[in-house]
Amino acid sequence: MSSTASNLPIAKAITAGLRDAMTADDKVLLMGEDIGPLGGVFRVTDGLHAEFGSQRVVDTPLAEAGIVGTAVGLAVRGYRPVVEIQFDGFVYPAYNQITTQVAKMHNRTSGAVNLPIVIRIPHGGGIGAVEHHSESPEALFAPTAGLRILAPSNSQDAYWMTRQAIECEDPVIMLEPKRRYWVKGDVDPDHRPELTPWQARVVRPGTDATLLAWGPSMPLALESAQAAAEDGIDLEVIDARSLSPVDFPTIAASVRRTGRLLITHEAPVLGGLGGEIAARISEQCFYHLEAPVLRVGGYHLPYPPARMEHAYLPDLDRVLDGVDRLFEH
Amino acid sequence: MSVFRSTIPDVAADEPMVQLLAADGTRSPHPEFDAVLAGSGLATPERLRGYYRDMVMIRAADLEATSLQRQGQLGLWASALGQEAAQIGAGHASREQDYLVPTYREHGVAWARGIEPWRLLELFRGISHGGWDPNALRTHPYMIVLGSQAPHAVGYAMGLQRDGVVGTGDPTTDASVLALFGDGASSEGEVAESFTFAASFQAPVVFYTQNNQWAISVPTSVQSRVPLAQRSRGWGIPSVRVDGNDVLAVLGAVRSALDSARAGNGPMFVEALTYRMAAHTTSDDASRYRPAAEEEEWAAKDPILRLRRHLEQQGEIDEQYVTRCDEEAHDLAMQLHHHIHGMEDPDPVRMFDHPYAEPHPIVDAERAEYLEYISQFEDEEERA
Ligand SMILES: Cc1ncc(C[n+]2csc(CCOP(=O)(O)OP(=O)(O)O)c2C)c(N)n1
Ligand SMILES: [Mg+2]
Repeated sequence: MSSTASNLPIAKAITAGLRDAMTADDKVLLMGEDIGPLGGVFRVTDGLHAEFGSQRVVDTPLAEAGIVGTAVGLAVRGYRPVVEIQFDGFVYPAYNQITTQVAKMHNRTSGAVNLPIVIRIPHGGGIGAVEHHSESPEALFAPTAGLRILAPSNSQDAYWMTRQAIECEDPVIMLEPKRRYWVKGDVDPDHRPELTPWQARVVRPGTDATLLAWGPSMPLALESAQAAAEDGIDLEVIDARSLSPVDFPTIAASVRRTGRLLITHEAPVLGGLGGEIAARISEQCFYHLEAPVLRVGGYHLPYPPARMEHAYLPDLDRVLDGVDRLFEH
Repeated sequence: MSVFRSTIPDVAADEPMVQLLAADGTRSPHPEFDAVLAGSGLATPERLRGYYRDMVMIRAADLEATSLQRQGQLGLWASALGQEAAQIGAGHASREQDYLVPTYREHGVAWARGIEPWRLLELFRGISHGGWDPNALRTHPYMIVLGSQAPHAVGYAMGLQRDGVVGTGDPTTDASVLALFGDGASSEGEVAESFTFAASFQAPVVFYTQNNQWAISVPTSVQSRVPLAQRSRGWGIPSVRVDGNDVLAVLGAVRSALDSARAGNGPMFVEALTYRMAAHTTSDDASRYRPAAEEEEWAAKDPILRLRRHLEQQGEIDEQYVTRCDEEAHDLAMQLHHHIHGMEDPDPVRMFDHPYAEPHPIVDAERAEYLEYISQFEDEEERA
């Protein structure tokens, strides 16, 4: 293992994960726009082009359908492509390839062909950007069978999810929390975590209600739990970690203990992944629920211009307001 | 001999480039474009002085926008430094009735279309997704998803065909469309599909690429093994490469292509070879991927200086005019500075205003929910 335990920003933890995966398996290669000498617009591939060369760190032509489509061919030929989509809002030209090809080739070939492709997407808002740079498209991918989706929220998960996504025989979309890229955390690359990447994690045990979040929303969830504790409400906070599959057993077990569930995500509530989770948990935990499952998220609107995004994104007040509503019942 | 023929010459080496103004301002003749320029009145000394002023103004606004970004007044700025001739030329080559479809870096084009610079800054400041009415100004909004605007341009041109304003023989009312995209964006599938539609329907559209040689950190050679101008020829779309730092070559090429399209002769493609003198945006650091020597080499080909030298050689510009342009440019920058610093943030409730053209119950409900939620805080403020 080339890395050792260290304190790294999320972006650099992903870099380390990519480097170690490339060292471990020479079939791993990276493709994307500006990922070569520039190191990507978020510098996630910084240094890798110098280290591994142009055959393994490929600055592609500017065409997302081409990037993902050629990754399919490379994977059929035995490679493990890791593609970078520059921003969440630029994945749509590749949507056809992702949903009709990447997702379905294994099934189409009755299991004869695996597509171990990783699609890395910097994800979410709150960075003061222009249009198309702040999207949360998880609900556009999660219903598509054949795709797995991971949403790391911290450096350790960022490192290991990168490694495990690359090792996975199924295609994996990695939604990277772009506004947290520079938040540091401990990474231990020498010991495989006990949790699989597909499991949710209870990050703060509590008794009164469960608060579920993922990726970029995790700091807000923890902050909300702290604030609620000051008001005497003990929240259990869960990091979903995997958005396909969602780890329903862990969430349901928590809700059976607390009797209440609030889900927060940046994506619009209408049609968001929180809706599916709410429906399943309502079915599975009906007799344990003290209140309807509630959601705090974006509105049914295009992501707004930067100087309005604070009103669109869930924040401490809106999450606490949601917590209060859980106890109105 | 093989029936296959190589179409892969050295990148960027094998396509002649039309130039009317050399870097030192020397004018060379070009029978076809000279005729267009003479016939259109686009190249009178007065007009040329006007383009000089336009370029000086837009460069000042551009530099001011960069400092506004540094001051935290804009979230981002995409500078068009170095591309002034390619943009002012293309903008003025279009006729009033034409429709222009820009990217996000067309500040000179916008200026030529009469769009005030502060309107461009709304998007970069983050108070709107686009600062003007496209129909009123016959200019599409700035488009950020690369290549996605190209089919819109073709569709608009198909509309012109159906409206009977193509090929009537009257260039003062016949219309055409100018579709702009960068060298990087030219790789997107939607651009290829646009070529196909435009050719199949012989739509009155001119594709226009400012090949500024970079797509963020990626050089044009990654996008194409052949000079970009050659790309469209496989579709049967005639094309030309011009010196994009030469305002006369751009004017001549774009005006003659637009007039050909409006006359009913189908689409054309113009590649303007230029250079992105600044970093990609204020978030970018160009020193990570390109040598300073390249930037210096291109600074010597500056489009503004070139036109001024030409006008000086012709005795058509004097110190006084140059100074007045500089003063006006300074005033514009100051105005922009004060305008932006004085801009109030919009009330976020406005985000609910335009997701749909017709009433929508979910949006209405969420707006009401938002207002009620916000009012709690207002009540608290009043009590405090
Ligand atoms: C579909 C899509 N993919 C990626 C991006 C991110 N991006 C913005 S500008 C840019 C480079 C564009 O280069 P070019 O088309 O040459 O235009 P220039 O910036 O040089 O004016 C990239 C990759 C985007 N805006 N849209
Ligand atoms: Mg370019």
